Amino acid sequence: MSNRRETKNIMIVGVGGQGSLLASKLLGYLLLHEGYDVKVSEVHGMSQRGGSVVTYVRYGDRVYSPVIDRGEADYIVSFELLEAARWLPYLREGGRIVTNTQQIDPMPVITGAAQYPADLVARMQAAGAQVDAIDCLALAEQAGSAKAVNVVLLGRLSHYFDIPDKAWQEALAALVPQKFLELNQKAFTLGKEA
Amino acid sequence: MKELMLGNKAVARGLYEAGVCFISSYPGTPSTEITEEAAKYPESEIYCEWAPNEKVAMEAAFGASLAGRRAFCAQKHVGLNVAADPLYTMSYTGVNAGLVIGVADDAGMHSSQNEQDSRHHAIAAKVPMLEPADSAEALDYAKRAYEISEEYDTPVLLKMCTRVAHSQSIVETGERTVPEKTYTKDIAKYVMMPGNAKKRHPFVEERTKKLIAYAETSGINRIEQGDGSTGLGIITASTSYQYVKEIFGDRVAILKLGMTNPLPVQMIRDFAAGVKRLIVVEELDPIIENHVRSLGLKVEGKELFPICDEFSQNLIAEALGEPVPAGKTLDVQIPGRPPVMCAGCPHRGLFYTLKKLDCTVLGDIGCYTLGAVAPLSSIEMTLCMGASIGAAHGFNKVLGEKAAHRTVAVLGDSTFMHSGMTGLANVAYNQSNATVIILDNSITGMTGHQQNPTTGFNLRGDPAGRIDLEALCRAMGFERVRVIDPYDLADCERVIREELDEDAPSVIISRRPCALLKHVKHKPPLTVSNDKCVGCKSCMKIGCPAISLKPSDKTKTGVLSCIDQTLCVGCGVCTQLCPVDAIHGKE
Ligand SMILES: Cc1ncc(C[n+]2csc(CCOP(=O)(O)OP(=O)(O)O)c2C)c(N)n1
Repeated sequence: MSNRRETKNIMIVGVGGQGSLLASKLLGYLLLHEGYDVKVSEVHGMSQRGGSVVTYVRYGDRVYSPVIDRGEADYIVSFELLEAARWLPYLREGGRIVTNTQQIDPMPVITGAAQYPADLVARMQAAGAQVDAIDCLALAEQAGSAKAVNVVLLGRLSHYFDIPDKAWQEALAALVPQKFLELNQKAFTLGKEA
Repeated sequence: MKELMLGNKAVARGLYEAGVCFISSYPGTPSTEITEEAAKYPESEIYCEWAPNEKVAMEAAFGASLAGRRAFCAQKHVGLNVAADPLYTMSYTGVNAGLVIGVADDAGMHSSQNEQDSRHHAIAAKVPMLEPADSAEALDYAKRAYEISEEYDTPVLLKMCTRVAHSQSIVETGERTVPEKTYTKDIAKYVMMPGNAKKRHPFVEERTKKLIAYAETSGINRIEQGDGSTGLGIITASTSYQYVKEIFGDRVAILKLGMTNPLPVQMIRDFAAGVKRLIVVEELDPIIENHVRSLGLKVEGKELFPICDEFSQNLIAEALGEPVPAGKTLDVQIPGRPPVMCAGCPHRGLFYTLKKLDCTVLGDIGCYTLGAVAPLSSIEMTLCMGASIGAAHGFNKVLGEKAAHRTVAVLGDSTFMHSGMTGLANVAYNQSNATVIILDNSITGMTGHQQNPTTGFNLRGDPAGRIDLEALCRAMGFERVRVIDPYDLADCERVIREELDEDAPSVIISRRPCALLKHVKHKPPLTVSNDKCVGCKSCMKIGCPAISLKPSDKTKTGVLSCIDQTLCVGCGVCTQLCPVDAIHGKE
């Protein structure tokens, strides 16, 4: 079929409790309203206690598998630098990583059993990934709340999508409580322009 | 209306549309959201509750079905072991109004202590099992399960798995209709004593034959012929179907099973006859495969695909010689990020104390299982819910008093109500010198904050009956019941020491609500005084995610402690460990 839109894959990764749920909800809402078949897959339970967490968002004309496998992700959106590096093997050839530069030490690093690797952005680039590394925490705080890191990341991601700004704004308005809307709109724009 | 919906929410929607009036469940990942989502419908339409355990939940659901209202109960795979007793005999009694049992497997063990395949229960209990492969099927099969239940007079198992339960896909919703039945006394059907059960067993065997006919013709199992280009014929179900489609699209013929017990016979024979190579793709145990083989057909399955862990599209592709994309790798070790106790978790201080006292800690299942992880590394055994007390009793009985003076059983409030109470009864009755510590954080933490019989609130958060743990333990014969605050390390240590030394069984209740509960008020974050800190790392012994070390040339060890101001909730446990009084609250 010639006009079949191939399935696209977005991974959202981070540390349990960082609020990746809103990001995947927003993408799901947006893509559904753009007329795609969509699957979003989350992991609940144990790993939410500060562990490494991943959400898969897949869209296209017809999506089967709910998960993204090694070498398949078009985009990896990461809330934390080490997590971007952890999931790098899932990035496809020519794929892009959009990551927050914040670093959160995992327990093995805290206890001294392991080290937080240096120069991760350069290393990921050397491995062939396109990397947008942004201090999303600073931008989120500039927008008015450290909690808006997710929307800053999505703002940046929106750069690479063929979806009009209006649709993103509608998704934001539909999912963010009214009193935080302005803040999130600002965070989105800051991310987009970063 | 078209909506993107979580698999578990789609089940809840299906229950709603099927006219279910009663749900009793016990939480367990990945099944929990079914009941939580159903509870969002008005209580006048669906009554929802958390039961103390799965067995009670299933019996309650059975009672509601008996009374003539469609009923449901949900649990994770291991929960079905707890509820197996009622299930196996409900198969004999059958139902009045439809009765469906949700069970969620966890291939890959994202949040479980084993990887058991609950299809074995369906076979052993001789009840039908439906397995949706996405949210739309989850909604549809939930409704269908009630038709089957009433038509064939049987409880029906609705099997989810992590990837169907916790994935959102598109569903279309419908209207709710509520069929009701009246209850009529029927001793021969509902009183399972030998004389009656003897008559019901042949009914069960007959029913299975009829259900096989349903499996052949009802359309719940379907064949997708494909374009025949590969000659492959794949029999599959659930999320494995999605992986197969992802790789092959229309290039293979597929027998997609929606009902995995009982399995069709003729349909499989016909399907096999039309393909060159017959393959079963199923996660976990070779159940479909063994069935196909028992029909005398040549089939491949577990020689290609593993029994352990979950599948994915690449795994299927690799096993069947299809191309797999290469992933990029880094030339640097990425440290793991295991789950940890949250900052301010009340369990932390207790495990620090148990480690300090060099106790043998027989553990249980909950957030506190993280007490087995470095640096606390305290728990030495975790088996199944409630096992801590049972095991401590046996441990102390054979090793005698010396062991008893250093062994503790540790379990949470929800776990205690679930199946710890009966273990405690054994300690009281058969008299061992066990020291049992109930970690009462006023909630079922691990599964995401569900109320339980000790919290005083019901599933909806409304005030409910509250079981008094101290009074309960006393009533069970424990004269020594102590309450401690796990934030107070000195007191914890003193009381635990006293109870271990004592030649009598005792219960210690370590009480402090979960730090993540909304109503819990926190103190401002603590800070480390750089002038005072000597970099001794004493505060690192508790594994708090808010505390880390930063390099410094001021100290002998070359480090200073620092506290993350966004994570710290000011619990003050680290303050008590600091030998130089360097950790303080804001003035
Ligand atoms: C038979 C069974 N049912 C359910 C579960 C899922 N589960 C794991 S821990 C847990 C509850 C833990 O609550 P609690 O004992 O209060 O400890 P907390 O997590 O709050 O520390 C549940 C329900 C299970 N593992 N086994």
